[in-house]
Amino acid sequence: MSEEVTITIDDQSIKTQRGEKLLWVALENNIFIPHLCAIKDESRPNASCRLCFVEIEGQDKPVTACSKEVENAMVVKTRSPHIDRLVKTGFELILSDHNLKCRECPANRDCALQMIAKKRGLKLKCDRFKPLEREYELDDSPAEFAFDRSRCVLCGQCVWADRVEAEIGAIGFTGRGINRVVTTFKDLPLADSICTECKLCVDACPVGALYYKHNQKA
Amino acid sequence: MSKNNPQKLYEDIKKKAQNMFKSRQEKPLVMVGTATCGLAAGAMQVKEDFLREIKDKGLDAEVIEVGCIGHCYAEPLAIIAKPGFSPVCYGYLDEGLVHRLVEDFLAGDDPSYEYAMAALERNDEFPTFEDFPRGVYEEKLILEHCGFSDFSKIESYIAWDGYSALAKALSDEPGHVLEEVKNANLRGRGGAGFPAGVKWEACLKNGGEEKYVICNGDEGDPGAFMDRSVLESDPHLVIEGMIICAYAIGARQGYLYIRAEYPRAVEHTLKAIEQAREKGLLGNSILGTDFSFDLDVFQGSGAFICGEATALVNSMEGKIGMPESRPPRLVQRGFRARPTVLNNVKTFAYVPLIINKGADWFKSIGTDESPGTAVFSLVGKINNTGLVEVPMGISLRQLIEEVGDGLPEGCEFKAVQIGGPSGGCLPESSLDVPIDFDSLHEAGAIMGSGGLVVMDQEDCMVSVARYFLEFTQHESCGKCTFCRLGTKHMLDILTDITRGEGDLETLQLLKELGEDVRDGSLCNLGRTAPNPVLTTLRYFYEEYKAHVEEGRCPALVCRDLILYYIKPAKCSKLCNVCVGSCPTEAIYTREDGLKAIDQDKCVKCDNCRKACPTEYDAVLRLSPPVLPGEKERKVK
Repeated sequence: MSEEVTITIDDQSIKTQRGEKLLWVALENNIFIPHLCAIKDESRPNASCRLCFVEIEGQDKPVTACSKEVENAMVVKTRSPHIDRLVKTGFELILSDHNLKCRECPANRDCALQMIAKKRGLKLKCDRFKPLEREYELDDSPAEFAFDRSRCVLCGQCVWADRVEAEIGAIGFTGRGINRVVTTFKDLPLADSICTECKLCVDACPVGALYYKHNQKA
Repeated sequence: MSKNNPQKLYEDIKKKAQNMFKSRQEKPLVMVGTATCGLAAGAMQVKEDFLREIKDKGLDAEVIEVGCIGHCYAEPLAIIAKPGFSPVCYGYLDEGLVHRLVEDFLAGDDPSYEYAMAALERNDEFPTFEDFPRGVYEEKLILEHCGFSDFSKIESYIAWDGYSALAKALSDEPGHVLEEVKNANLRGRGGAGFPAGVKWEACLKNGGEEKYVICNGDEGDPGAFMDRSVLESDPHLVIEGMIICAYAIGARQGYLYIRAEYPRAVEHTLKAIEQAREKGLLGNSILGTDFSFDLDVFQGSGAFICGEATALVNSMEGKIGMPESRPPRLVQRGFRARPTVLNNVKTFAYVPLIINKGADWFKSIGTDESPGTAVFSLVGKINNTGLVEVPMGISLRQLIEEVGDGLPEGCEFKAVQIGGPSGGCLPESSLDVPIDFDSLHEAGAIMGSGGLVVMDQEDCMVSVARYFLEFTQHESCGKCTFCRLGTKHMLDILTDITRGEGDLETLQLLKELGEDVRDGSLCNLGRTAPNPVLTTLRYFYEEYKAHVEEGRCPALVCRDLILYYIKPAKCSKLCNVCVGSCPTEAIYTREDGLKAIDQDKCVKCDNCRKACPTEYDAVLRLSPPVLPGEKERKVK
C-alpha cells in the first residue's frame, strides 16, 4: 500500500511515504518542530499540547503537524508570523502552570521546554500571563524516583509508557479542565498502587516531573 | 426489492389511527401543555384542576397532556377543543380560570374569549395565532405539531400523516432518498451548518456492513431549549427522520444521545421508540420491507463537551468524554470505529418534511445558501419569551421586535447574544444582519443551536462575557493547552477587569489571547469559547475602557465598581422599608431621620434599591464607587 511521495518542508525537498505524519517526517529529516505530546506509534495522535503548528500551502490556518498526514507535493512551512504567535502563546500558557525554578530541576539542561525555548528564541519566563500558583502534589513514595506535579505538562508520555510499553496501567489522566492531572486509581501514592516501579515512565518524561531521586538537586 | 408494499401497510396503520381519533373528536378535549416549560409554571396542577372540575360537574370531557406550543411566556397553557367551536388556546391558567372555563365553556357554550390567547382555526369570532404580529413571520415546519399533538400516543402523530414520509422513502431507492436530502441543501442545525446530505453520502461511500446513525440531543447551552422541546413534544418526527437517514445510508442501528437532565425528553423518546416498534415502523422488516433498523436512547451525563461529535462518541463507548483530533471524521471512523452519521435533533426533524414535500419546496423557504427555517429560543429582556420558528433570512431586528414583541417597557436594547456560550454579542448596528449561517458568522456570532438572549442597558457586557467564559472554562475538558489554560487566563483577566484592574494593554492581551485560543484549540468548544469576549471587545470596547481607565461600570453591574447611596433629597423620614430589607444591617437612621448606608457593612445585594418605594426612588448606585461628598473633597 505504501506509496512514495515528495513533499517540501521549509524549501527542503523530502521523499517519504504517503500517510506518514508530518511531524515525524520533519523530525527524521532534522527539521525541528516544537512538540511535547506526540507519540510516534499512537495511531490517533493526542494533538493536545498544541505546539507543533505548521502552515500548509493552500490552507489559511496553521495545523498541527502531529495529526497531519503527508500528501504528495505538499508544501510546508514551519515558521511564519501566525505559527510563531500560536507557539509563543501556547508555550507561555504551559509555562504559566509550570514550576520555573530550572536550577532546582533534575531535568535542567535536558528538558523539552528548554529545548523549545532555545530553538524558537522564547523566554523561560511568564511575562504576559500571571503564574497560576496552585498547590501541586509531590509523590516521592517510589524507591528510586518521584513525581513532582508542579513540573508536569500533561503531555501523556508517561501514561503511554505505563499502559502500552509496560502494560501496567498504574497511571492515567483524571479531572476536568484546569484540574486535569496524571494520577493513580483513587489518587494513591505510586508505591501503594499497582505501579511496579519499572521506571519506563520516568524515562519517557520530557521535563522534570518524573525524575530519579539520585538526580535531585538542592 | 420489497416483499410488501410499504405504502399500503402504512395506509392501514393510518386508517386505524384516524378511527381512534374520530371518537375523540366527538367530545370536548382539553390539552394541557406539559413540556418542561409548562411543568415549571405549574401545568400539572392545572391538569389536576381541570380533571377535578370536570368530574365535579359530571361532564364527559377528556384531559390530555401535550408539549410546548412555543408561547412559554404565557404558561401554563391549555387548548380546549369542543365540537362546534374552533379550538381555543388559553394562557396564564390558574385554579380560578380553570373553574371558569369548565363552567362557562365546557358545561355552557361560552368560550370566554376575554381569557383566550388565540383560536387555532380561522373563524368569525376570535383571531388565530396567525393574526398575531409574530404570526406574520413565523413559519412552523418542525414545530408544526409541537404542543398540539398527544406525544404519548403514536396514533396522534400518524393521524397527521406521520410516518408517511417513511413509507414513501421505503417505496423508493435509498439513493433517491439521499439525493433528495442532498438537493434540499439541508444544513446541520447543531450550529455549524454542514450539509446533512453531503455527510450522509460520505458515510455511505465509506461502506461496510455496519454503520450508525446518532442524533445529538446533548443540548447544553445556557438559555437554549429547542431540542428539548422538540423531543418532548414531537419525538416521532425525529425518530422518523432518523429511520429515513438509516435507510438512505444502510444503517441498522441508531442512538439518540439525550442529556440526562432532560428526563421528560428521555421518557417521551423511549416511549415513542417502543410504540414505533409495536407498529412495525422500527425494528425488523420495517413496514414489511427487508429494511431493518432499531433505535436506543443513550443518556449523556451533563458534560457540555459531549455535544462535540468525537467526545460524544467517546462517551458512548464508555471512554472519557473528550474530543479527538479530526480527521478521521465520524463518517470515516465513528461509533465503534464504524462510519457514523451524527446530526442534531432539528436536522433529523426536517427530513420527513423534505421527503414528503420535496427538496424544491424546502429550498423555496429561507435563503439560497441557508434554506428552511431556524428555531430560536427567545429569552432575556424580551416580551414574548419562548420557542419560535422563522424562515432563514429574516433580520435579527424583525425577530426581536416583531416576533418577540420587542423589549419590556423601560428596557433599552443594548445587545443580543446569539448562539450560546460559543456565540457572540451583537449590537444595535448589527440588527439588520439576516439570520443565516454565513451572515451571522461574518458578524462574529454563530447560528449555534439557536439560543437568543436579548440584553438591555442594565446588562454589563464585560460581566456577560465573563459569565459565558466562566461557563466554557468550567466545561473545558482540559485536554488541550489553549482551552485548558487559555480560557482560565481569559477568565482571570476578565475578572480583573470587572474589578477595574488593568489598563488598555490588558484589553489588548485579552484580545490576542482570545484570538490564539480560537485558532489554536483542538476542538470547537475551545475554538468558539472566545467568541463572546471577542465580539464584546469589538462592539463594546468603550465599556471595557470605562472599567479599566475610570474604574466605572456604565451598566452599574460590577460590584467592585459601584456603591449604594441613599440620596437625602429623595429619602423620606416617614419610610423605613429599606432598613428592614438589608441583610447586614448596613442602613441606619441619621439624626435628621433620613436613612444612610454604612459602606463598610454594605454587601451590595440590591435589596434596598428594590425595596425603596417608587415614589421616592432614593437608593442610587454610583459608579465609580465614590460618595458625592468625597468627590467634592477630591476636587478641592
